[in-house]
Amino acid sequence: MTADELGAAAATSAAPTPGARPGAAVLRGGNALLGLLGFATFLALLEVVPRLGLVSSDYLPPFSRIVGALGDLLREGGFWAAVGDTVWSWFLGLLIAVTLGIVVGFVVGTVPVLREFTASTIEFLRPIPSVALIPLAVLVFGLSIKSTLLLVVYASFWQVLIQVLYGVADVDPVARDTARSFGLGRWARTLHVTWPTALPYVFTGVRLAAAVALILAITAELVIGIPGLGAEIGVAQQSGAVPRMYALVVVTGVFGVVVNVGFRALERRLLSWHTSVRSEVPV
Amino acid sequence: MTTTSQGTTGGRHTRAETLLEVTALRKVYDGRVEAVRDLTFVVGKGEFVCVVGPSGAGKTTLLKCIAGLLPPTSGSVVLEGSPVAGPPPGMAVVFQEYGRSLFPWMTVRQNVELPLKQKKLPGDRRRQLVGEALAAVSLADVPDAYPWQLSGGMQQRVAIARAVAYEPHILLMDEPFAAVDAQTRADLEDLTRSLWHRMGVTTVFVTHDIDEAVYLGQRVLVLSSSPTVVLDDVVVDLPVERDQLTTRSSARFAELRAHVFEQVRRAKQERGR
Amino acid sequence: MSGGAVRIGRSLLALLLLPVVLLAFWWVLSADSTSFYMPPLRTVFETFPDTWSTDGLTEHVVPSVQRLAAGYLLALVLGVSLGVAIGSARRLRAFLEPVLEFLRAIPPTVLVPLFMLFAGLGDTMKVLVIVSGAVWPILLNTIEGVRAVDGTLRETCRCYGIGGTARLRHLVIRSASPQIVTGMRQGLSIAIILMVISELFAADNGIGYVLVQSQRGFAIAEMWTAIIVLGLLGIALAMLLRLFEWRTLRWYRGLREAQRGRS
Repeated sequence: MTADELGAAAATSAAPTPGARPGAAVLRGGNALLGLLGFATFLALLEVVPRLGLVSSDYLPPFSRIVGALGDLLREGGFWAAVGDTVWSWFLGLLIAVTLGIVVGFVVGTVPVLREFTASTIEFLRPIPSVALIPLAVLVFGLSIKSTLLLVVYASFWQVLIQVLYGVADVDPVARDTARSFGLGRWARTLHVTWPTALPYVFTGVRLAAAVALILAITAELVIGIPGLGAEIGVAQQSGAVPRMYALVVVTGVFGVVVNVGFRALERRLLSWHTSVRSEVPV
Repeated sequence: MTTTSQGTTGGRHTRAETLLEVTALRKVYDGRVEAVRDLTFVVGKGEFVCVVGPSGAGKTTLLKCIAGLLPPTSGSVVLEGSPVAGPPPGMAVVFQEYGRSLFPWMTVRQNVELPLKQKKLPGDRRRQLVGEALAAVSLADVPDAYPWQLSGGMQQRVAIARAVAYEPHILLMDEPFAAVDAQTRADLEDLTRSLWHRMGVTTVFVTHDIDEAVYLGQRVLVLSSSPTVVLDDVVVDLPVERDQLTTRSSARFAELRAHVFEQVRRAKQERGR
Repeated sequence: MSGGAVRIGRSLLALLLLPVVLLAFWWVLSADSTSFYMPPLRTVFETFPDTWSTDGLTEHVVPSVQRLAAGYLLALVLGVSLGVAIGSARRLRAFLEPVLEFLRAIPPTVLVPLFMLFAGLGDTMKVLVIVSGAVWPILLNTIEGVRAVDGTLRETCRCYGIGGTARLRHLVIRSASPQIVTGMRQGLSIAIILMVISELFAADNGIGYVLVQSQRGFAIAEMWTAIIVLGLLGIALAMLLRLFEWRTLRWYRGLREAQRGRS
């Protein structure tokens, strides 16, 4: 209660609260501790609930058994090959989508006529679920990585494109006019004014695209059977190896967390000079 | 405290009944920063009291303690006979950040009406109060506008209308005109004073602007810089009818202003600033 | 007068020109197609009535939309209510944050085989899957929105005695609504994906069912019609959400424009 009030008071009071700085650090440490506690509670529940029979341990193996299966996985060469497959298709698909997204986004975003005339097409194509293309991918590309790439690129491209369009649109007209008055040509303006303004948006787009790419890569593997973590999950499900299935799910979760946290950290480091990010850095 | 104010304090208590009693108020943040050390004063019913002090004095802290938004570390705040443990009913606050105190998803009329709905007033009474309040602040022609469509001065007037429509027993204003331009500030000052005059609402007005404090108040409480104590309690014996031009150029105004200014300056020097 | 007409004409042109041109390209390029995978667009259009007659609609589109609606609405209710509760309690939020971060990072499609263990192959499974995937963006965005409620507004409510349900209605949810709508948008696309996937896996009706059945049966034109129907569904739902956003967030747009104008 007091911590909250201090926080509220510090935020809204005009009185000097230099003590709020070290106070905030204590808050953060306390939060981390609470978070750890929460995670530990979660794991404890995961262990206890199946063992007590509240949920059948056939459906939800206790945490310890999942860890055991995880240990087995880590020792298998096949598992690591699957990890490699997933990571590779994720990375390649992301790279293609980001490149395409940035190029198309900048070109369309900086030419107002293009922007105007492509807006409706983008709005029509964007909500089409990429999974609708799964059967097509299967027919055309079969079980190769190209199927995965089709789905990953299609879904991730839109994330990047939309963000880049926002970013280019956000350029301060004053800055742009200043550049023009200094005689900077279109290319120079794009480089020196548009790009830095759009950069945070590009990062957001890449971060969102990375998460989407992971989902689609694993989905493609799961549904189509292309080699990778998703395929492993499918196999485990079909052979009824429940703890193994959960262990694989945990692995995909860990991947997801690494991608999310990693890209956010990268964004903070690389964009710390940008005012919009700077203001978000916690005291 | 000078002998003049002590004498007058005693006299005033016999005239008006006490509405607000602040005794030995102390506020320490984080166990370390003593913002307010010892504030003791009394506000009578219907009075207009200004609180002035250097920046960094616990003016806003004081206001928040009176408003029940912040619990004091020690000391007491007693409003209408009951100790304040949380925001008491019958109190209205006008904040400095007008842009953030109005609900941007509500129109002007809805903003003013919301606290009245909380009071469970019937519909016609609410509409009447809202209409009167908006007319009193000269905003009767924009009831369906959104706050962000209005200028800063107009937004603050909406906040004032909201406070006024609420028919509070005590009105607290926390540097309400610090963020508007000088001309708007003059208009809002006169508006505040005329509203107070008409409605007789007890008003506590916090400001860092000494001229404003002397112009508006019947009394001016001068606070020291932190750790804050009451330095002086100055009676403003200017005429009831005040005017931006004549009052501010009167001799008495200059005297009072100089007196307060001297107190504030001494307080700053003592602090070693 | 004529200026207005020109503007409307131009907007209409901008809206339709590229899509029509692309469609025309598709039609023409595929007209003589002997490719197995890309039949002439004309053939695809002709297959439409066969697959998607009124019977087809009721047999497949309705169940799909029902599952989607049930799952999405449940996710919305759950996400917003839990989000408000968690966002308002700082300690609770800190406690739950790592767990939520982990759970939301699990690719939602992976939940399909998982839920098939628990909930079998029927509609319950599909709705559960949709909920468990769509709830995350809604929940997390609601938490963020609730957390960021302005301190001065909060104090204003305290001063005027606005608490409880009134405070929830007038302050918390309204203030967080821009964030919530963002979450709703992300949640919708996830919900659609999960609806399709769950139908690909285990269904005997639904758009996803038609999709996978036609692929397995090498009924290519039919498969394309299913793709188009899914696309149309996605577009229609996105537009519905856009309409909802337009009406409920009018104040937000105005506020942002005013802020931008002032800075």
